[in-house]
Amino acid sequence: MDAFVHLVPWIVLIPLIGFLFNGIAGMVSESFRKKKPLIGTIATLAVFIPFLMAVYLFFMMQGDGESASISLFTWIEAGNFTTDIGYRLDQLSLTMTLVVTGVGALIHFYSIGYMADDEGYWKFFAFMNLFIFAMLNLVLADNMLLLFLGWEGVGLCSYLLIGFWYTDMAKSDAAKKAFLYNRVGDFAFLIAMFMIFRTIGSLGFSEILAGLELFTSLDVFMIGLLILIGATGKSAQIPLFVWLPDAMAGPTSVSALIHAATMVTSGVYVIARLSPLYMMSAELMLIVAIIGAFTAIVAATIALTRYDIKAVLAYSTVSQLGFMFLALGTGAYVAAIFHVITHAFFKACLFLGSGSVIHAMHHVEHKLHEEGSNAHFDPQDIRFMGGLKKYLPSTYMTFMIATIAIAGIPPLAGFFSKDEILVMTFNAGMGEYGAIYIGLWAIALITAFMTAFYMFRLTLSTFHGKFRLPEKVKGAENSEKHLHESPFTMTSVLWALAGLSVIGGFIGIPNFVVATFTGTADVNLLSNWLDLTTMDADLILSKQVEWMLLFGSVVIALGGVFVAFMLYGDKEPEAQDRRIAARFGALYQVWNDKYMLDEIYEGGIVRPTVRLSDRVLAVFDMKIIDGFVNMIAYIVRFFGSVIRYFQTGLVQTYAFGMVIGVIIIVSMLLFR
Amino acid sequence: MELLLNIVIYLPLFGAFLLLFIRRAEWVKWTSLFITTAAFVLSLPLLLQFDISATGSAQYLTVSEPLLGDWDVKYMMGLDGLSMLLFMLTTFMAPIVVLSAWRSIDKHVAGFYSMLLILQTGSLGVFAALDLFMFYIFFELTQIPMFFLIGIWGGENRIYATVKFFIYTLVGWLLMLVALIYVGFAAGNMVNDGVFTTDWRLLTDPSFQLGLVEQTWLFLAFGFAFCIKVPIFPFHSWLPLAHTEAPTAGSVVLAAIALKMGTYAILRFLIPLFPNAAIAFAPMFAVLGVIGIIYGALVAMVQKDVKKLVAYSSISHLGFVVLGMFAFNTVGAQGAIIQMVNHGLSTGALFIIIGMIYERRHTRMIADFGGIAQKMPVFTVMFMMATLASIGLPGLNGFVGEFLILVGTFNSEVLGSYWYAVIGAVGVILAAGYMLWMFQRVMFGPITHKENNDLQDINAREIAVLLPLMLFIVWIGIRPTDFTKYSEAEVTRMLEDVQLRASVVVDNASGEDLPGWALHLYDVTPQLAANLDNETEEVEE
Repeated sequence: MDAFVHLVPWIVLIPLIGFLFNGIAGMVSESFRKKKPLIGTIATLAVFIPFLMAVYLFFMMQGDGESASISLFTWIEAGNFTTDIGYRLDQLSLTMTLVVTGVGALIHFYSIGYMADDEGYWKFFAFMNLFIFAMLNLVLADNMLLLFLGWEGVGLCSYLLIGFWYTDMAKSDAAKKAFLYNRVGDFAFLIAMFMIFRTIGSLGFSEILAGLELFTSLDVFMIGLLILIGATGKSAQIPLFVWLPDAMAGPTSVSALIHAATMVTSGVYVIARLSPLYMMSAELMLIVAIIGAFTAIVAATIALTRYDIKAVLAYSTVSQLGFMFLALGTGAYVAAIFHVITHAFFKACLFLGSGSVIHAMHHVEHKLHEEGSNAHFDPQDIRFMGGLKKYLPSTYMTFMIATIAIAGIPPLAGFFSKDEILVMTFNAGMGEYGAIYIGLWAIALITAFMTAFYMFRLTLSTFHGKFRLPEKVKGAENSEKHLHESPFTMTSVLWALAGLSVIGGFIGIPNFVVATFTGTADVNLLSNWLDLTTMDADLILSKQVEWMLLFGSVVIALGGVFVAFMLYGDKEPEAQDRRIAARFGALYQVWNDKYMLDEIYEGGIVRPTVRLSDRVLAVFDMKIIDGFVNMIAYIVRFFGSVIRYFQTGLVQTYAFGMVIGVIIIVSMLLFR
Repeated sequence: MELLLNIVIYLPLFGAFLLLFIRRAEWVKWTSLFITTAAFVLSLPLLLQFDISATGSAQYLTVSEPLLGDWDVKYMMGLDGLSMLLFMLTTFMAPIVVLSAWRSIDKHVAGFYSMLLILQTGSLGVFAALDLFMFYIFFELTQIPMFFLIGIWGGENRIYATVKFFIYTLVGWLLMLVALIYVGFAAGNMVNDGVFTTDWRLLTDPSFQLGLVEQTWLFLAFGFAFCIKVPIFPFHSWLPLAHTEAPTAGSVVLAAIALKMGTYAILRFLIPLFPNAAIAFAPMFAVLGVIGIIYGALVAMVQKDVKKLVAYSSISHLGFVVLGMFAFNTVGAQGAIIQMVNHGLSTGALFIIIGMIYERRHTRMIADFGGIAQKMPVFTVMFMMATLASIGLPGLNGFVGEFLILVGTFNSEVLGSYWYAVIGAVGVILAAGYMLWMFQRVMFGPITHKENNDLQDINAREIAVLLPLMLFIVWIGIRPTDFTKYSEAEVTRMLEDVQLRASVVVDNASGEDLPGWALHLYDVTPQLAANLDNETEEVEE
């Protein structure tokens, strides 16, 4: 790959140029800000050109699979520490680059229409390009520190874009929350880097992976755990996932790009990148798997109870990320990356589809206001939707395709990747800590059922039945006439992503499926492609077991779909949810309260810290520390105030003192 | 070049003299701007001609004959790796400071600018002085103009603030003066034929070996003075007060330049003069540094006054610097030096930024703002960048310093524990907390005070003030080696030299005339004291 690696810095730099151009021109020139098509085109090209370059590299790499690195210049250097700005081109980094730039370019294109009415258009696209720049640094970095630059950089862009409509305090709260929860993870990531540097003397991936045997087993465990904590921040896993649902405050295309398709998968990427390290400790792997499985089911149960279309998708994202972590924890790195890819397709499609729905509902509200009605409603609330398939046919069809894909119904993309994860989890049940892995497999299976269920609940409530807004909101009668499909720039992207959701799974057809008919097979393209960069666990299950698992997961998924149709077919979601709530009782309440995690963190950590600082430390600082200094000053002043009576400035007093002194001395001399 | 160095140092003083004859306020400002800009331009050749590989001796060295009669106290100025960056930071900040005060000062304009200029000469002298006595004199030269800057042009409570600042610092430094005279005589006896000397070269001569007990007391006396100046927790209480009362320009100089004198003095004098004591007390200083990081951040979080918040954040940032210096390795010390520069740039920028909104609204209370990002978009970008630099975002300058400091501390053999770095790194989370919370309450949300509706975005002069700072914030973030290379070689040599001299002193120490605590502190196990030592160790276990 040495011949082509020089292209990599350009892939990274072009989005930066887009950011600088739109950002500076937009800040300086009033008239430039009004040229929205130009701004959007520049920004989209700044992502699309790197995508083309990545595709070119992809074809060039077919002949020559060796990884290659390129170093631009020394970044930080002091004493024995040195790190370069350097990029690494291999199958894993290129795969991620293709996803980031490919899906990224589509979402940029979609945003041209979606953000058309926004004042901060130029700013939006500048931030989006900056995000792509940071994300590419993250996936292409050849050392941990540059990865960390991308890691915090995407966090910054996430902060800027969640709080994009900053005049709303709740939105800027969400942005701050996202940044701080990520910082907690980043703290762990920093410590992991210190530990790695202490033993290896470098933060380069090649050096780390070549020097793994230098680590003690405790080192391996601690480093892996710390990086995992970092990943739970960025990839929204237990215990740090609570920021992601709030992050939906940003524009919907941001949710699609950052909080579904790319940034939140960076934790998966990092662990896959360091897979040989994780494979050294079975306990470490088990922890990763447990966190993944529990995150998956916890988020899925919360998703069942939400009415905000984006919130359901957000929890669904957390849940699907949990599946990816489960895959990582079972040694199925290829499956994890596979799910990253397919998830990027169908979840981006779902988010952008929800954006199209919200766009339409917003439009309705806007038109109603023009007509003089003062109807107010939340345009993201599915209780006001229903029956939209008639008015938004393209959105409906693409949304449905993506829903089928995420539900895990063959032969769409989500089926293959999710099935591979389930199989590999069961497979891990045959090895060390097998019983626990079987338990996790059961959790994953239940979650797969719930995924199909809540996703169809969402789709059916939104698009089927009849349009509920006119009867639910006063002043919104006959509002359905204002509903209309989104423009071509938006629907075309939906169709592209839906298409990818259909065919995306075929890059990872399980070998055994074909092998059953032909004897042996080597059809899993992704597995072959990533073979050199990740260190996967071996699949030891027999073909019969694999077929059973495959049928099992199909039946489970179809079961979820069936129950959802029974309950929500064309009925009002709220009434049906009450039935579920009655059935599950207190458990449902816990789901509805989101397990109280926000309250626990807020009440248990954040507020006590602030109160401690406010009531104790700040007072301590003024009263004790400064008080001590003042006390010394007062002591000095006290002595001064006593002694100053001897320094009156009156000659008589001094003369008097002298006379007294003379008398004393003389009497002492006389009477000794 | 020696001449040029002296010109750069005294040009501002000459400028202050010129201001005596200028009546019109406008001319005063332009003259000051011209003088400080000229000083900066003239200092550039010093940077460009600097030989980064030369170590062990200063460059552009000026040495006079002894000045104080029989005493070997000399006018001795020069630059080396330890001082080069801070010297340049001082000349670079000066025109920015002058320009930042352009509209905010309307009483005694000539007096104000002459104080700034005198302060600059003093600061440059502090960083260039290589005679301990000269260092002391230049240091005092910086105190007096700062006293007046706060006391005359400050806020409501200015007299209290400036007196506290002045006396607190003075108390520490008088104690140091006593210790300094002791060192001068001791050095005279050992390496200068009995003649009192404060010559830098003689003080770091390998044959100048202070006894362990002497070192301890002298170290503590010097250390006390520097702790107050930095300031290190718990000697910091003058700082938030001085910062809130000082005029913008005063705060900027205080944060960017004056505080660095304390940390610089630790690196320049405290550690090399008393190597054994410095190593023995390193954990104590590291603990104070870590406390400063966390404590400063927590107290900053609940401040209601933006300026006070930034002042407390300074305590947190300087905790990092102290931590890095006492890691006793090149990585940590290099991090500390670049962090000094970074803190000067980003905190300086923050104080200037606060000054800008104060000029517009005459308040610094967070609650009086909110939503002003809508009214001041360019200002928002600058403020955001300074904030992000301050919270150590990779790609901006703050990260480089903090990261190197923490790596150095984590691997420090002298400190011997990674907990300092781990706890210190918590400061990274807290920094994001208090800065972003403040930023949000000031800039985001709806406009809640109608006075804020008429806010004007920053003008060309204000952009010109901030833009150079932003440039360096990014430059150091992306290519820190362009800066760290100046100190790399000298820092490495200095630390090796310190550890070498420390080991020589310990080897020569005999247990007979050492008290028990000193044996412990310095790990001396001479034969005569061996039994006693073992006993006490057993007791501890």
